[in-house]
Amino acid sequence: MYKNFLRYIISVLFLLGVSGQANADFKVGFVYVGPTGDHGWTYQHDEGRKAVEAAGIKTTYVESVPEGADAERVIRQLAQSGHDLIFTTSFGYMDPTNKVAKDFPNVKFEHATGYKREHSNVSTYSARFYEGRTLLGHMAGKMTKTNVIGYIASFPIPEVIRGINAMTLAAQKVNPDIKTKIVWVFTWYDPGKESEAAQALIDQGADVIMQHTDSTAPVQVAEKAGVWSFGQASDMQRFAPKSILTSIIDDWAPYYVERSIAARDGTWKQQDTWHGLKEGMVAMAPYNSAMGSDLVKEVEQLQKDLASGKTHSFTGPIYDQKGNILVAEGSVADDGMLAGMNVYVKGVEGDIPQ
Amino acid sequence: MIKIEKRNDVSPSIYFLTPILAIFLTLFGGGIIFYVLGFNPIEALKFFFITPISDLYGFSELLIKATPLCLIAIGLSFCFKSNNWNIGAEGQLIFGGIVGGGVALLFYGHDGFYVLPIIILSGAIGGMIFAMIPAILKTYFNTNEILVSLMLVYVAKLLLDYLVVGPWSNPEGFNFPETRQFSESARMPILFDGLRIHAGIFITLITVFLSWLILYKTYLGFQIKVSGLSLKTAKYAGYKGKTMIIIVFMISGACAGLAGVGEITGPIGQLHRNISPDYGFTAIIVAFLGRLNPVGIIFASLIVALTYLGAETAQIFLQVPKYTGQVFQGMILFFLLGSDYLLFFKIKFLGLKKNEL
Repeated sequence: MYKNFLRYIISVLFLLGVSGQANADFKVGFVYVGPTGDHGWTYQHDEGRKAVEAAGIKTTYVESVPEGADAERVIRQLAQSGHDLIFTTSFGYMDPTNKVAKDFPNVKFEHATGYKREHSNVSTYSARFYEGRTLLGHMAGKMTKTNVIGYIASFPIPEVIRGINAMTLAAQKVNPDIKTKIVWVFTWYDPGKESEAAQALIDQGADVIMQHTDSTAPVQVAEKAGVWSFGQASDMQRFAPKSILTSIIDDWAPYYVERSIAARDGTWKQQDTWHGLKEGMVAMAPYNSAMGSDLVKEVEQLQKDLASGKTHSFTGPIYDQKGNILVAEGSVADDGMLAGMNVYVKGVEGDIPQ
Repeated sequence: MIKIEKRNDVSPSIYFLTPILAIFLTLFGGGIIFYVLGFNPIEALKFFFITPISDLYGFSELLIKATPLCLIAIGLSFCFKSNNWNIGAEGQLIFGGIVGGGVALLFYGHDGFYVLPIIILSGAIGGMIFAMIPAILKTYFNTNEILVSLMLVYVAKLLLDYLVVGPWSNPEGFNFPETRQFSESARMPILFDGLRIHAGIFITLITVFLSWLILYKTYLGFQIKVSGLSLKTAKYAGYKGKTMIIIVFMISGACAGLAGVGEITGPIGQLHRNISPDYGFTAIIVAFLGRLNPVGIIFASLIVALTYLGAETAQIFLQVPKYTGQVFQGMILFFLLGSDYLLFFKIKFLGLKKNEL
C-alpha cells in the first residue's frame, strides 16, 4: 500500500515535471545563411526571431551556415539539443532539412523558399515578393526619363524571373516605352559585384535601379550617381536617403510568431505558405515624397488593391518576348504557373541564362 | 639595446612541442576573449571543445570535417617542404570536384562497382592537372606560383558557377544553381548506419601512409627535403629541380582533388556553388600546425576541424558569435608563428654601451 502510494506520487511528480518542462523548455531554432548584420535577407529573419523571443518563447540561432555539407550537422544539432521547431531560412537547406526531419519526427521543421515536403513534419513558406515588384514597376515607369530600368538579378530561378516580369508588366502599364535591362550577378550577397552591376546599368542609360540581391551597395551607387533606386529585404532608406523611393520589406515576424505558438500549443500542421501584401509578409517601406504626392497616392491605392485581391500582378493579356500569349485576356496567372515561371515577358531585354 | 640572433641548434622535441604550446596558448587566449564577451570561460571552452565530440555522431562529424583538411594539408606539405608555395589548393579542390562531378553526372543512373572508383580517380586527376598550371608556368616561364595558384582559385570557382547555373544544372530543379543528386553508385559508402562518416576516410589514411613512405623512404622525398633546406645545395647535388617542382604540385593537386571529390560524393551528393567552405585555405594552417609531418597533420586537422564544430555548438548553446571559430584558427596560427620565432631566434638584451651615448 505504502509502496504503491509512493509510486503514484513519484509518477505524478514525474508527469508534472515532464509536462511543465515541455512548455518551459519549448525552444525554436533558426539557421541563417548569412551574418545577422547583413541588412538584408538574414537581418530580416533575425528580426522575425526577435519577435518570437518577445512573445515569450526561447530561441536560438546559428548564423553563416554554409549551404554545403555543414548545414545538415547544424540542423541535426538543433534538433538534438531540444529545439522543438526549426526554421531553415535558405533554399540550399532544402535537402538537409528533409533528411534531418526524417530522423526527428517529433520536431517540426519550416523551410523557407523550398518546394520539398517529404515528411509530415516539414512545412515550407515563402513570400509573394512579386506583389512588391508590381508597385516598384509602377513607380519606375512613372519616374524614368530615359525609359530604361536597370535590374540587378541574382539567379535565374522562378522567384527572380517572376519579380522581373511583375515589375516590367506594371511599368509598361503606365509607360509603354520602357525597357528592362538586366545584369545577372549570380550571387545573393556580394557588395563589390552588385555595385559594379549598378554602375554598368547606369552607364547603359538606366535612371532607375532595382535589385534582387541583398547588399546595400546598389542603392549607394545610385545615390552617388543621382538616379532612383529601391531597397531590398529591409528598409535601406538610411543608406541612400535621396535615391530610394521605397523598399520591399520581408516581414517574417508575424509568421514566425504564429507558427511558434502553434507548435508550442500542439496545433502546428504541415502546410505550404505563400503570403503577400495581404498577410503582411511583404511590406513596403515609407514612400519617398520626392516622387510627388499624386504618385504616392496612386501607389498606395495600388498597394491596397493588390492586398485585397482586386488587382493581380499577372493579369492577362501577357505575352512572352516572341509575342506568344502566356495569360489570356481577362484571366490571371495561377500559382502553379507563377511557381515555375521561366520565360521573360515582352519588353525585357536579353535571354534568361541557361 | 636589443639584438636578435639566430639560434644555432633547435632541439627537435621542442620543435614538435611548440604546436601543442600554441594550442594551449590559444585555449588561454580564447578563455580571455570569452570572459571579455561576458561568458563563463570554462563553460564556453567546454561547449567549444568537448561538447561537439561527446557522442558518436559528433565524433563522426569531426572526422568528416577533418578528412578534406587532412588530405589537402598532406598534399601541401610536399609543396611547402620543397619551398613551393601552392596557395591554390582551394581551386584544385574545386576543379577536382568539377571533373569528378562531371563524371558522376555522366554515369547518372548507372549501377556498378566501377562507377565510384572512376569518379574518385578522375577527381584526383582533375586536381592534379589544375595544379600543374602554376607548376609549369613557374618552371618554364618563371612566374610566381603564389599569385598564379591563388588566381586560379577564382577561375575554378567561376567555372563551377557557370556549370551549375548553366549546362549541368538539374533539369527538374527550376534553374536553381545545382546539379542533380548523384546516383547511389556514385556515392561514398556510409560506414555506420545513422552516421555520415564514409569510406573517404580510408582514402585519407592511405594517402597519409603513402606520403610518409614517399617523404621519408624514397629518393624523391630526400630531394624534396634538400631543396627545401637549400636550393643551391640541391642544384649542386645535380637534382632536376624542374621535374621535382612539377611532381610536388601534381601530388598536392591530386590530394586536393581527392578532397573535393570526397565532399561531393560523400556528404553533399551533388555539385553546387558551395562545395567547400574554404578548406583549401584552412588546410594551409593545418599543414603548418602539423609541422608538415604526416602524423602531425592528422592531429592538426582534427584540432582545426574541432574549431569549426565548436563554433557551431558554442553558438547553439551560448549564442557566442559564430566567427569565434575563425578567431581560434587565427590565434592558433599566430601563437605557432610567434613561438617559432622565439624558437629559431633569441633576443639578447645588451644594455647601453658607452660610446652610443
